[in-house]
Amino acid sequence: MSDTTTGQGGPVSAGGVMLAADGRPLKQSLARAQRRQRLRAFLLVAPLLAFVLIAFVAPIADMLFRSVENEIVPETLPRTVAELRRWDERSGSLPPQEVFVAMARDLQLAETRKLHTRVGQRLNYEYTGVSSLFRKTGRRLSRMGRELKQAFVGLDPAWGEPATWVELIGAPDWREAQAAWAARRARAGADAGPEPLFRADPAIAALLPQTADFYAAFARAIQTEDGDSPTEEAPWPLVYDALYRDLSGGADLSRHTGPHADLLRAAAAAVPGFPPVSIRDEMLKVDDGWGDVAMWQTIKAYSGRFTNGYFLAALDMKKTPDGIAMVEENRRIYLMLFWRTLLLSVGITLATLVLGYPVAWLLANLPARHANLLLILVLLPFWTSLLVRTSAWKVLLQQQGVINDLLVWIGLISDDARLVMINNQTGTIIAMTHILLPFMVLPLYSVMKTIPPSYLRAAKSLGATNWTAFWRVYFPLSVPGIGAGAILVFILSIGYYITPELVGGTSGIFISNRIAYHISISLNWGLAAALGSILLFAVLILYWTYDRIVGIDNVKLG
Amino acid sequence: MQQSSDGAFVEFERVQKSYDGETLVVKDLNLAIGKGEFLTMLGPSGSGKTTCLMMLAGFETATHGEIRLGGRPINQVPPHKRGIGMVFQNYALFPHMTVAENLSFPLEVRGMPKAEREQKIARALDMVQMGDFAGRRPAQLSGGQQQRIALARALVFEPELVLMDEPLGALDKQLREHMQFEIKHLHERLGITVVYVTHDQTEALTMSDRVAVFNDGVIQQIDPPDVLYERPQNSFVAQFIGENNTLDGTVESIEGDRCRVRLDHGEVIDAVAVNVRAPGERTRISIRPERVEYNAERMPADAFRIRAEVLEFIYMGDIYRTRLDVAGNQNFIIKTRNAPDQRRLKPGEVIEIGWRVEDCRALDAA
Repeated sequence: MSDTTTGQGGPVSAGGVMLAADGRPLKQSLARAQRRQRLRAFLLVAPLLAFVLIAFVAPIADMLFRSVENEIVPETLPRTVAELRRWDERSGSLPPQEVFVAMARDLQLAETRKLHTRVGQRLNYEYTGVSSLFRKTGRRLSRMGRELKQAFVGLDPAWGEPATWVELIGAPDWREAQAAWAARRARAGADAGPEPLFRADPAIAALLPQTADFYAAFARAIQTEDGDSPTEEAPWPLVYDALYRDLSGGADLSRHTGPHADLLRAAAAAVPGFPPVSIRDEMLKVDDGWGDVAMWQTIKAYSGRFTNGYFLAALDMKKTPDGIAMVEENRRIYLMLFWRTLLLSVGITLATLVLGYPVAWLLANLPARHANLLLILVLLPFWTSLLVRTSAWKVLLQQQGVINDLLVWIGLISDDARLVMINNQTGTIIAMTHILLPFMVLPLYSVMKTIPPSYLRAAKSLGATNWTAFWRVYFPLSVPGIGAGAILVFILSIGYYITPELVGGTSGIFISNRIAYHISISLNWGLAAALGSILLFAVLILYWTYDRIVGIDNVKLG
Repeated sequence: MQQSSDGAFVEFERVQKSYDGETLVVKDLNLAIGKGEFLTMLGPSGSGKTTCLMMLAGFETATHGEIRLGGRPINQVPPHKRGIGMVFQNYALFPHMTVAENLSFPLEVRGMPKAEREQKIARALDMVQMGDFAGRRPAQLSGGQQQRIALARALVFEPELVLMDEPLGALDKQLREHMQFEIKHLHERLGITVVYVTHDQTEALTMSDRVAVFNDGVIQQIDPPDVLYERPQNSFVAQFIGENNTLDGTVESIEGDRCRVRLDHGEVIDAVAVNVRAPGERTRISIRPERVEYNAERMPADAFRIRAEVLEFIYMGDIYRTRLDVAGNQNFIIKTRNAPDQRRLKPGEVIEIGWRVEDCRALDAA
């Protein structure tokens, strides 16, 4: 190889890399030269890109995430979820006492944090009745374990004092910080800031795990939710239940030296004589819904941070202890709706194609003056509000409407046999075909415009009849337009919402109407997100199939 | 103008065509084309030549008159039943079909069995030397190759009449000239009748048996190329075909086929009386640039001589092209062959030029 090859227009280095005039590799020089252009191009796109990312992609991603997100259950009911893990849901028997105790504690905390109705709502999607059960129980929790509280206070009035509890459970350094804060508040009032968040003493937590855990949760809950201080509030009766359970569980207090050690030892000695309390029985007394094994199975099934439950529900399926099963026949709705949405969308696409193809052909072949007029007529619907167009179809199609009146008047149908054309599938198909027609006509037109008339002439001069010339020559050349129009109309109609809502009645609504219902009325966003995701995947799969069969390169919009 | 004769293969009889009902694009066209003839319709755009072709192909209907093919009136016959091959301006090869499928199309619509089709396609492709391209798509071919395929497609079903609508218009000059010869040779070999439309007069002169010059919806002259060039019947034809020098004047006297004309500049010259009828009429004299001589040694004895001033001398390789001022016409061109003994003129030089009276034709004053 020579040092320079003038034929290639530039010198070549020993490695065979093309060099620019200044000796740098040509690729590097090119990249440098184009960097400014690239940067400028990017800056031109940047505002829209940012807008799309923030206002479109991020919400969609969030929405899609909601279709599998289930954090509210493990976060609101952590103790229950942990206890349920040890319960065999296939045994057919109710969960053990510990599960009920955990549920009571979780609900008590959730009630304080006003979350119990929300988690109830969430579980209600999966099992009807949970919401009202949680709400009803939430009101009665403050009385559960009252007998135990009375027993403890009866043993020693110190158990009724908030200070006793704070000293017993609170970590020493927290108590110091709290005392300093109290002194500050005495001087400065509200300027002292919030009370330091309660911390339990690790030693007592090891000794009395349930009491320490639940009392700490209680203290923090009243601190954050109510702005109260544990030094002034006596704990919930359920905290006494926790202490009772720790003590009767055989906590070894012999070497405990912390505050109120003697009080604790006395209580431990007295506990066997306390009246036996069953939280399970109390909860069953509040509502026998707690005795429903299937509900507990549901709660266990939906206790993970992520769930496929929304997707299963969106496909008319549910989780059972034996695995995934279809829901009862009479409660299936979504698969039918998906299927109907698909079928009607295909029908509408075909209808727009059949109606739009001749119009597009005419548009492409008329002299410019007439074509423009026709194009305006085609575009006219675009300039009219969607609602107005849909409402107009209501006027036309209803049983006392224009079309029925006309048919009766010319005697085609009798007055008592007026056609039902609205509030059903017919209405949806007619109105949507009209509304989406321009989306078919315009791509067809723009493709047909590029097919020279000489092709048809050539075919005829070669001996083809009008039909053969059209079918063998013109039609194949117009396929890209058909593809573009069909994709456009199909994708638009598969997600259409307003028109089916207004003219579809019950038999003509689409899956998107159901999604809207879940978004704005039932507020089951997770299910709405799952339905939306399935719709999105369905469209992507169709798009991919189309690409494999026809080739997306063959789609021309203009 | 040739009247329809019994032996004609294609006949136009009193054909008129109007698109808007107000103006005639084709006015009273009478034309007879013999079997095996190569006839070119030549004319500027808008002269009605393409309309005539389209009427013959069946894509336009004649407003009035009759068109006959092989003695049979075809006004009412749809294009696909006329059995006429056609080559379009932009070839109109079907882009979604391969070359072989394009060629197969006319055979398929005629219901020809596959084996026979393949044989004919192969033969047609060989005929245009494109045998190796059967599997290609038109978009993968160059302009010249597409042209050959279009030709093969128009010929593959063996029509007796082939129409060509400016088929070489999209090709570059060299390729165009090459294709002209190929088409001409094909015509000779196959013995088909060709009606060819072009606005390129060189093309018309090179290829045709006869050329019909169209202007303003009327055939101005229809004759073999040499007659058309050397004996144009009117100043439009003289001006349209080849290069032409004109001198305007008034007829002084007519004597047999000769006339005497007084030029507006004052000179009096003799010319062949082609299109003048009476003394006092305005006329335009036409002289071809290559028929003008300035070399005294080559000047014929009976030449008409006139003084001229050289304005511009252009060396063009095979010829010299000189612009002169002759009798007030400053665009008087003469062309001289580049021969060893030929003198090169210089601008400003005053010379004497001359031509034979037979080469000087008095035509209508356009």
